[in-house]
This record gives sequence, structure tokens and C-alpha cells, in this order.
Amino acid sequence: MIGITSYGGYIPRMRLNRGVVYASNAWMAPGLIGSANGERSMANWDEDSLTMAVEAARDCLSGTDKTQIDAAYLASVNFPFLDRQNAGIFATALNLKESVESADFTGSMRAGLSAVLAGINAVKSGDYKNVLVAAGDRRITKMAYLHELWAGDGAASLLLGSDNVIAEYKGAFTVTNDFVDHFRGQDQKFDYNWEERWIKDEGYLKIAPKAIKGLLEKTGVSGDKIARFIMPCPMGRVAAQIAGKLGIGPDKVTDNMHAVCGDTATAHPLVMLVSALENASPGDKLVVASFGQGCTAMLFEVTENISLMKNKCGIKGSLADKKPEGNYIKFLSHRGMLEQDWMMRAEGNWRSALSTLYRHQKEIIGLVGGKCKTCGTEQFPKADICVNPECLAVHTQADCEFSELPGKIMTYTSDLLTYTLDPPAHYGMIVFNNGGRSMFDFTDYEPGKIEVGLPVQMVFRIRNFDKPRGFTQYFWKAKPVITGEEA
Amino acid sequence: MADGIRDKVAILGMGCSKFGERWDCGPEQLMVEAFEECIKDAGIGRNDIQAAWFGQCYDEIGTGKGALGLGMALKLPYIPITRVENFCATGTEAFRGAVYAVASGACDFALAQGVEKLKDTGYGGLPAIDGVNSGSLNGQTMPNISAPGAFAQLASAYRAKHGVSWNDLKRAIAQVSVKSHANGAKNPKAHLRKPVSIEQVMASPIIADPLGLFDCCGVSDGSACAVVTTPEIAKKMGKTNLVTVKALQLAVSNGQEVGYKDWDGSYFATTRKAAKRAYEEAGIKNPREELSMIEVHDCFSITEFVTYEDLFISPEGGATKDVLDGFYDAEGKIPCQIDGGLKCFGHPIGASGLRMLYEMYLQLHGRAGERQLKDPKFGLTHNLGGFPFSNVNAISIVGRYA
Repeated sequence: MIGITSYGGYIPRMRLNRGVVYASNAWMAPGLIGSANGERSMANWDEDSLTMAVEAARDCLSGTDKTQIDAAYLASVNFPFLDRQNAGIFATALNLKESVESADFTGSMRAGLSAVLAGINAVKSGDYKNVLVAAGDRRITKMAYLHELWAGDGAASLLLGSDNVIAEYKGAFTVTNDFVDHFRGQDQKFDYNWEERWIKDEGYLKIAPKAIKGLLEKTGVSGDKIARFIMPCPMGRVAAQIAGKLGIGPDKVTDNMHAVCGDTATAHPLVMLVSALENASPGDKLVVASFGQGCTAMLFEVTENISLMKNKCGIKGSLADKKPEGNYIKFLSHRGMLEQDWMMRAEGNWRSALSTLYRHQKEIIGLVGGKCKTCGTEQFPKADICVNPECLAVHTQADCEFSELPGKIMTYTSDLLTYTLDPPAHYGMIVFNNGGRSMFDFTDYEPGKIEVGLPVQMVFRIRNFDKPRGFTQYFWKAKPVITGEEA
Repeated sequence: MADGIRDKVAILGMGCSKFGERWDCGPEQLMVEAFEECIKDAGIGRNDIQAAWFGQCYDEIGTGKGALGLGMALKLPYIPITRVENFCATGTEAFRGAVYAVASGACDFALAQGVEKLKDTGYGGLPAIDGVNSGSLNGQTMPNISAPGAFAQLASAYRAKHGVSWNDLKRAIAQVSVKSHANGAKNPKAHLRKPVSIEQVMASPIIADPLGLFDCCGVSDGSACAVVTTPEIAKKMGKTNLVTVKALQLAVSNGQEVGYKDWDGSYFATTRKAAKRAYEEAGIKNPREELSMIEVHDCFSITEFVTYEDLFISPEGGATKDVLDGFYDAEGKIPCQIDGGLKCFGHPIGASGLRMLYEMYLQLHGRAGERQLKDPKFGLTHNLGGFPFSNVNAISIVGRYA
């Protein structure tokens, strides 16, 4: 049996009330009212498609042996790099083994499910035992455009393999068709979209049913046996109309999460699939489909192992950890949509020495430190000479991953002087519970609620943008653990 | 066996420019202003100087790299000049170089001069650290720390360690600034010359929690310098009341504070090491009883506050009581920042260490005017550069030549 063996999800904490987007734009775009209900997820300024995918994958990999992963596939239509493999950064951040295969999937809203299908096929071929797939998207849309309301930011991840399968793979069917509902040409910041009614009638309602019908016929399953029909479409009732054409009951159609999150682009089939798996029972047959220059549809059947997923944060957990945001200007600012005066301190030169980055890639991208074989001291960064003054042994340190280790705040401040895209900057000394410490930026904190001793977890984030060169710098930050509280 | 620097070198003359927003001056003019006073005081000619040490931290807004800035500004006669940079200890490092040169016998007269032209930065505060001026690795990992943000960390750890409330510590460090302003008001060379009240300090806008604007030192332009020689030469020149160097110590972090488990974030590990060595070098057994005055590195009020304890003057956890009791006031047991400190002079990095020594030198010669203390014997200066978790600490002690 092959299929999904684990899942993870990540929806950023901030949720923008769509009403404020409407209120700011109603003077020019009163029609937005039709989609202005609920809230959309909003990445922090230091999050992008890649960092969110890393978070989802960390959730997915919790409790698994990541040395057994043979391939890492990453999907997005908003990768930070056009030419530098994003999956390579992803694999380094997760500290996967060097002999892992890695690939980026992009170019279509379908890329997320394409990556899953490629992973399944790789496992089916027998070449790979375990394939990690993640998709993340933080879409940049024009102000006052419908997609600004429809889109959300988020990521999801699946582990594919044959051990402890939680949802068995039953088959897939794809239709490829260069139907251009929207596109983004080279050097363009924004998508260009055609009329929604045409996209619905000629696109979703004609092309998607071909793929799903093909899937049902290929696998010999009739529509009425499907427990969940999972197909992202920001246009409200379209998925139900498609389901109706195929004999799938309207109650089986999975909600597109418009009210709580918005459409996360390539990640959304995975986000909705993870959300469905969180509520699934053994024996449930799930169809997941993704539309974009055609349509791919896959069938999974949930197994008894689904109970092993109880400790995942998943989509449910990250949706619950939320902070309402009512500031549209802040939303736009975080997405680089505004020309603001950040003052002269923002003019610094943030060029990364690539040769330095390469020598320290495990430290910078993977938060890998050292553990002295002589005295056992865990330390960050890893160094030639042990930091323990009673030891000082030379060349004794083995790799020690700090990214998953719990820590707490030892010193801190909130700094109104220094440059950050979300002032005041909060940073301080983090002490890891098993030893090792360093200075880190804080992120996703509650202002005024930082104190010495507060527990933190480490998260992979954007450190800075080198704008003149188009290079995004990544490092790890400390995120205070907020327990049992919705801000 | 080395026996230290005590009484091997005398300060022959010193000079100090007016500190402030010197829109009228570049670094070259500031250096000439300080040097003219110094050379006159020393009673030697420019061509008698045989070697010089030049302290400048931010070369990019100063005279550029290398030692050329000093040689060109003063038109020194093709002598060896070394430029030094060691964070906020830069000025003291220039002094140490000159003192060691004389002590070694390599030359009779050496010049130490420091300068910084901060007000060509374009904005308030120190020039920001960015990705390419902090080292190629730091530039990719270190938080984007400002100076007040770095030192504010001390307050969070001090509160946690000693169980002090935010308000009580805020009040105690406010008194640090109040006391320095009272002194600075009496100093014509200081930048900020207005007394302030504790309420004013506590109400100033927050820069980096808990530090407000009045917890931060000024940002100024300035230069200070010293000519040093041996006591024997000074005496031959007819100088009396010699001021000699009693101790010069430096302690530099090695990664333990930022990487190992012992340090708790509430104090400077380097200061404690350097202070012990300096007292031993100077022959001081009980600093609280023997020191006459101190000039410590009050880049921020909290820095000065914890330094009281790190110098073993206030007992650990006892700085609040001492500062509120007036122990460090001009009329107190050990006046601290009798010239106004960094708080009122501002902190032109390369000049600060020498500016502190200038006040000790004036006091020991009885030339401090309105600020003159009664019969001082030992003066201690202290610089702290970098960050609480990794830094450079310099301690100098000067005093009367017995």
C-alpha cells in the first residue's frame, strides 16, 4: 500500500478582516462587497511562500525519521527565487540528508497537486521510499482587486510512502488544456485575469469534470461513494456544481475556506486535503482536484492509521492560533505594496556574501549548531573550539539541530530605533533548554507580553531583503509559545 | 616577570576639543583644536613627537581608513602612526599604544589622539550596522541591533535576577542621568549643559525598552589627545605634580557570554575581569575606599548602573541604593562622571576614552574649575564597546606620581 503517511499545515497567525479592505476601496470598487465577508490569512512581513512551506513541512515531519526522505518537492507560484532552487533552501532548512532529490514545481495553480502526483509516482516506481511534498503561496495582488479578497496565505505538506499509510493512493487522472484564466508574464508583479463568468462556465465547469470523471472511471468508484470532494475554487458554488455533475452529493463538498483563510493558490488543494483528513474516518474516499491549465484529480482512501495524526498542528491548529488584524495599510506594507519612508537606517547594504552563506549554510538556513563529543556541551554556532571554558576541545563537535529544541527568553528589548518592517523590533538572548544560546530576532509576539523566561520555539523566517539585488535573506527567529489563548 | 605599567609613564599634556554638534568642523579641525591645547600644555614641539596612535571608529564618516587622517591633519613629520579601532574602547586603545611605546623605551614622546565626526551621519544616533559592515557572517545572522537595544537587554536580565520592578529600575537609572546632567552643566566643553529632573528623564520617549531618550548619551563630534613620556623626562623638563599611569587593562569577550551557560545577562563579564587586573596593577586593595573619582562608560544609563557593581564599588544588587543615596554624585564618596560623562559630552567613539582621561588629568592637576574635587588621588576610566553579550572592556587608572 502506498499513499499519504503524514501531513502538516500552516496558516499564518494574522487574519485580515475583509471588511477593512472593502471599506478602504469601496469608493472605487463598490462591487467588492460581494466577497468582503469573513477574514483572510495574512503572512507576517517576514513570511513568504518558502517559509510557510517550511513550517508546514516541520509539522508534517514531527514524529517521523527524516533521514529516510528520498525526495523533497516544493510547489508555489510565488517562489522567492526564479533561478536558485527553492526546494534546495527548503531541504536545507529542514536539514534533510544531502543525497535527497529536490525539485521546484511551479507555473500553474495545479503545481501543488502535480508535486503530490510526482511524489506518488516516485514512490510507486520503487525508487524512493519516502517523498516529502509541500506547497506554499503568498500571492501579491493589486489593491482593490477581487483576488485580494479571495486569496489567503498558507501552506501544507504531505509525506508520501508506504509505511503507516494514513490515506491510500487509489489513482489519478489529469487533463491538460492551455485554458488561460489568468497569467503572469516574466517581469510582471501582478496576475492578469479574464472574466470570471467565462472562467467558471468554460473552464471549471467543462474541464474539471473531465478529469474527475476520468478518475472515477479509472478507479471504478462511483460518485456516490465519495466521502469528501476537495476542489479549491474561490467562486463559491462552483465545486458543488461540479460535484453535482458527477453524482457526488452536495454535503460531500469540502468548504473552500473563504470565510476563515482564503485561497492559498498552489497550496490550497493540500490545505483543504489536510483539513479534510483532520475530520476523516477510516474508509473515507477522498477526491482532491486542482484546476489550472487543465485539471488533476487524485483519489485517496483513509485508513485506520489516521489516528496516528492526533498530535499534528495541521490546518485546524494553525487556524485556531489567530490574531485578528484590522489594519489594511499594514497588510499592504507587509507585502511591499507601499512606498513608505523607513528613514535612513533602512538604506543599509544587505548584500549576502554567497561564499560565506555556503560555508555556513547549515548554520544559517538549517540552524544546525554543534555538540562537543568531549564534554557534551550543545552550542550555537558550531565552532572549531568548544565554548565550555573547562573543555576547549578542538575539532570535537558533531552537528546538533537547534530548530526543534525548546528555549526561553533570557534577555530582551523592544527597539524603536533600529530598522525593521514591523517596528518596534523585538530581539534578545534565547537559551535552549538543553544548553546553547544565541541572540535572535523575535517574531509573532504579543507586544507588551514579552518577559524573561517566556518559552519560545524557533521558526524559519525572512531576515532581510537585499532589494537592489533581489535576494531574500533567511534565518531563524524565536516565536513566543502562546498557549491556550486567542489574542 | 612582568610587573605592569604602574608609574612607568607620565601624561605630559592633554587637549580636548569642545564636544557637540560641530557643524563647523570636520574631523581634521577637531583634531587640530585638541592638539593645539595638548602640545602647549606638554611644552614640546610638534617635531618632538616620535610616534602616534590614532583612534577612529567610523572611518567611513571620518577621515577614511588608515592612519593618514592624523598625519595629514597635524602635518606630523613622517613619523610612525598607527590607527586603532576597538569599538568604544578606541580612544583608550590609542592611549595604551602610546603609553606602551614610551614604557618600552622605543620613544621619549608619543601622541595618542582620538576623533569622531558622528554628525556627518545624516540622522540621530550612531550609524546603523547593516549587512556588509558587521562582518560577512554576522551580517547574515545577527539581529538588526541598535546600540540602545543591545544595552537595554541588561535591564531585562537585571530585573529578573534581582527581582526589581520595571518602575524601580527605571527610577534608579534615571538618577544616573540626573546626576551626570548636574555635572555637565558646569563644564564648558560639554555638549549638553542643562540640568534635568528625575521626572523629565522618566517621561522621555522610549527608544528601546526600558531606555528613554534621556537614558541615552548624546551623539556628538569631538577629539581629545594626550602626549606621554617617562616620569624621568617630565621631571627633567621641570614638570611637577606628575600624573602617571597606574593601570591599563583590557578584557575582550571570547564567546562564553553569548554561547555558554554561565552568564546571566545582567552584568559585564569583561569589566569584572579587567577591573580585578587593573586594581592589582595599580596596587588598589579596596576600590570603594581608595578611588577618588571614576569616569565610566555611560553610553546608556543602565550601562553605568551595572558598571558600579562590575567595578566592585557597589555590592552586587546594591547599585540602586548607592545611586539613589548620592554615592556617585559630585558631593558623594566617589563622584562618577564629574565632567558630565558621555551623557553630556556625547560619544564621539574614538575620542571618548581620551576625553575621560582628560578630566581625570585636570582634576589631578587641580585645573577642573567649578567641578574641582578636593584632593583626588586615583581616577579610573572605563570603556565598554560592543554588546553586553560580547564586548571589549577597557579600564585605565591614573593618579599622582608618588
